[in-house]
Amino acid sequence: MRHVISVHDFTVQEIVDVLDRAVDMLPIARGEDSSDLLKGKVLACIFFEPSTRTRLSFETAMLRLGGGVIGFAGTEATSVVKGETLADTIRMVSGYADAVVLRHPREGAAKLATEFSAVPVLNAGDGAGQHPTQTLLDLFTIRAEMGRLEGLNISMVGDLRYGRTVHSLAIALAKFGNTINLVAPEGLEMPAEVTTYLKSMGRLGTICRSPEEVISSTDILYATRIQKERFPDLVEYERVAGMYRVDPDLLSRGPDNLIVMHPLPRVNEITPEVDKMPQAKYFEQAFNGVPVRMALLSMLMGGE
Amino acid sequence: MSEHLMKVQRIEHGTVIDHILAGKAFDVLSVLGISNEKSMSILINSHSKKGGKKDILKIEDVELSELEASRVALISPRATINIIVDGHVVRKFNAEAPEVVRGILTCSNPNCISNQNEPVTSEFRLGPDGGHRYVCNYCERDIVDLATRVR
Repeated sequence: MRHVISVHDFTVQEIVDVLDRAVDMLPIARGEDSSDLLKGKVLACIFFEPSTRTRLSFETAMLRLGGGVIGFAGTEATSVVKGETLADTIRMVSGYADAVVLRHPREGAAKLATEFSAVPVLNAGDGAGQHPTQTLLDLFTIRAEMGRLEGLNISMVGDLRYGRTVHSLAIALAKFGNTINLVAPEGLEMPAEVTTYLKSMGRLGTICRSPEEVISSTDILYATRIQKERFPDLVEYERVAGMYRVDPDLLSRGPDNLIVMHPLPRVNEITPEVDKMPQAKYFEQAFNGVPVRMALLSMLMGGE
Repeated sequence: MSEHLMKVQRIEHGTVIDHILAGKAFDVLSVLGISNEKSMSILINSHSKKGGKKDILKIEDVELSELEASRVALISPRATINIIVDGHVVRKFNAEAPEVVRGILTCSNPNCISNQNEPVTSEFRLGPDGGHRYVCNYCERDIVDLATRVR
């Protein structure tokens, strides 16, 4: 039985297979076509932490394929508040559904779930750990917008330390043969294990503090949210957040075909004026969660 | 037996752990759970005939098993274990760093699911790069301060 726990469990070819299948899913994801590929199947979405895009796009993906959805978002109305272990919750839920999507605040929760689940588990984020379906939809977006998945310069900007999406994305992009620039304020730099890996692959580009330094050679600017709670001093937060703001002025100094991505939610790290510019791809990126998750669900639940 | 081992009194019964990484003798004691009530000699930064420095432990009236020796290897992968009976080495073996460590260690990441009230056994794998690091099977992080993470 296959689970989706970490993008590192996927070979490059397996990633390409998922992306190819997601392309086939696009008309159904857009509602232009219909499908009953997963008719009669049930997906359990159990979210122990807040989520907007991930949960809704998983549910949409299942519904678009003709299946049904059960689950909860927040633990207030569940037995978890009575002290039920995750192991027991998973044992029980996996008896109700044909696959389980799990978001949990603890690292390794999805891995644990695989030991107690009778059905495939999809990790929708485990603490500061992995979020593989986000990485896959990011790769899908890059390929769709740039026409290829290799030989690109990607500048990751903002909170590279706590932003979980950038860790596995950087590693996946390196495997495909792209160069990664790391632009972060002091204290929010990419963890050493990721930079060491990028260096070992010969894929580490420039490490710097300002997006100005890399914008002219950037194909993809991947912005992340700088969280206010990481800064004890609000003035310092405002200063740093201002330095990392993506605005039309910054983008005017990049190549014509540069694109801006962001895992969302954004606060003010991309100014609203950018939304209307052709470079802005973050809402397409959010939509792409639907076809990519449809591809994964169809592969895992044997809908063919 | 080498002159360096003769610096301290030889033992009649017990275990001599030789070629411990310099400065790691106390971590080895910690990982073995050997209390300071035992009679023992500890040599720190002793000169090694192979060059460099090493630590040596001579613990009286304790015979380490090969399973316990694998605990030594968590701290010092090239240590050698000598079992002494009546003043003679009756058995000698190397501490082999285990590929997988189950149940012995706790993860150093407080937010790891294996540190919560879940019915799972902790599991760590030797890192693939030969750097003698153990990676948590659950949260995929390297264990930090390994000697302090022994149950």
